[in-house]
Amino acid sequence: MSFGPHLLLATLEGLVTSAVLALTALGLSLVFGVMRVVNVAHGEFFMLGAVLAWWIASLATGHPAIGFLLALVVSPLIVGAIALVAERLVLRRLDYNPEATIVATIGMLYIIQQLALTFYGPEARPVEAPFSYRILFPWFGYSGYKLSVIAFSAILLLATWFVLTRTRIGLVMRATQYDRETAQAFGIPVGRVYAGVFAMGAMLAAIAAVLIVPIQQAHYLMGLDPLLLSFIVVIIGGLGSLRGTVVAAVLIGLSDGIISVFFSPTLAKIIATMIVAMVLVFRPQGLFGTAAR
Amino acid sequence: MTSALTISGLDCFYGEVQVLHGLDLDLRKGEVLCLLGRNGAGKTTTLKAIMGLVPARSGSIVLGDRDLTKLAAHDVPKAGIAYVPQGRRLFAEMTVAENIEIGLMTRNKGSQTRESVLALFPLLRDRLRQRSGTLSGGEQQMLAMARALCLEPEVLLLDEPTEGLMPSMIAKIRETVAKLRERGVSTILVEQRVDAVLSVADRVSFIENGRNRETVGVETLRGDPAFVQRYVGVG
Repeated sequence: MSFGPHLLLATLEGLVTSAVLALTALGLSLVFGVMRVVNVAHGEFFMLGAVLAWWIASLATGHPAIGFLLALVVSPLIVGAIALVAERLVLRRLDYNPEATIVATIGMLYIIQQLALTFYGPEARPVEAPFSYRILFPWFGYSGYKLSVIAFSAILLLATWFVLTRTRIGLVMRATQYDRETAQAFGIPVGRVYAGVFAMGAMLAAIAAVLIVPIQQAHYLMGLDPLLLSFIVVIIGGLGSLRGTVVAAVLIGLSDGIISVFFSPTLAKIIATMIVAMVLVFRPQGLFGTAAR
Repeated sequence: MTSALTISGLDCFYGEVQVLHGLDLDLRKGEVLCLLGRNGAGKTTTLKAIMGLVPARSGSIVLGDRDLTKLAAHDVPKAGIAYVPQGRRLFAEMTVAENIEIGLMTRNKGSQTRESVLALFPLLRDRLRQRSGTLSGGEQQMLAMARALCLEPEVLLLDEPTEGLMPSMIAKIRETVAKLRERGVSTILVEQRVDAVLSVADRVSFIENGRNRETVGVETLRGDPAFVQRYVGVG
């Protein structure tokens, strides 16, 4: 294959990575932005989403699309409910103290991971893609499902943006983010907003995971990479900035895809980590973040 | 005269430090009551305690027939108390319109309330799409008051609304307080300087070490400057 088509293939692979990464990182960014909680267990919510997707899809019979669509709806709901319980039982009791919640979410990471190992096992299991249509370019065929992942993720990101900037729910979330005390003085139930945001963050990770399981298999250790990459994306883009998160996810996803294809995946990781270091040195608030007031 | 808000025996703590010691306060319907006192006397804490932002360890805060200390912080404004915090505390990243919208949402008020509030501060109408953090100090204070008035409150709490403003703005704020009194809003006004309140207040409570030492009418105060010397004078 000549250089042009090769680059196109690498770009498409990079965009799929970007799409899934943007959703996952957005969840992390929302939770930190509104609650000031660094959720180390975020990757485990991603893993849970994938594992549950396998379980739900294996229960369904008939066309693979039925099982997949069922998983796409039910799995994030279950993960959201688990996150809600974790928020009420753990984070709220710590009064959302920034240091204490880091330690607590590390604990949550191990508990969720070990539960998955106990009940799901150490095997990697695939979920069948809802359709197997291949788009034929003149040079190579490409999975139609992968392209639909990019489109679905873009729609979901737009929907999140719309909710945050154009609806009352978004207004309440932003008010809580900017000034918790004043928000309460205007009737905003801050505790409930926190619970909702934490559940929503986990659900975004779970949706991303359901989208990826037909491409990558579900495994109990699969949460580590998305967590690391989400942190990288969120640091580069600026915590709490939706636009920054999306731009950084595309940047990291594309560079990962292209550099992995032409050079090596290790070099891609080295470069991503280097960008993080540079951003932290020269622009600690991130590309699109605003400096602390 | 009937009471709008009655505080009795209020104890408040920041951690282990007691800030309010059995504070008593009585706000009559339709009056402007001013809290005067030195830095750290407990004026702001009193307002925060009313809003439920600082928990009361004992004592009661009664509005109508409800004890506010029993309510969650976010239910206090719904009961009809609006708060203009010290330093304005606008949602600075949001537009003027969004700040007003948050005020309206508190008690589900509609466009009618919005119009009447904007009529009180016509200047804000031209700035609706502007980020509130970019307004001037006086405009920010107006927005903070407008946001609070969107609740159509029975009781309004104002914490040093004239702090750091130029004289023409101070006059404008005072004018607004007087206008609200005509409409029957009961107001608690926290100030540091006595000359800022004599023209608008009905009565003055002197707060010292977390206690209400004395409440007097402004006429008494005008006649006897010694009062002010005793509680807020320096040296």
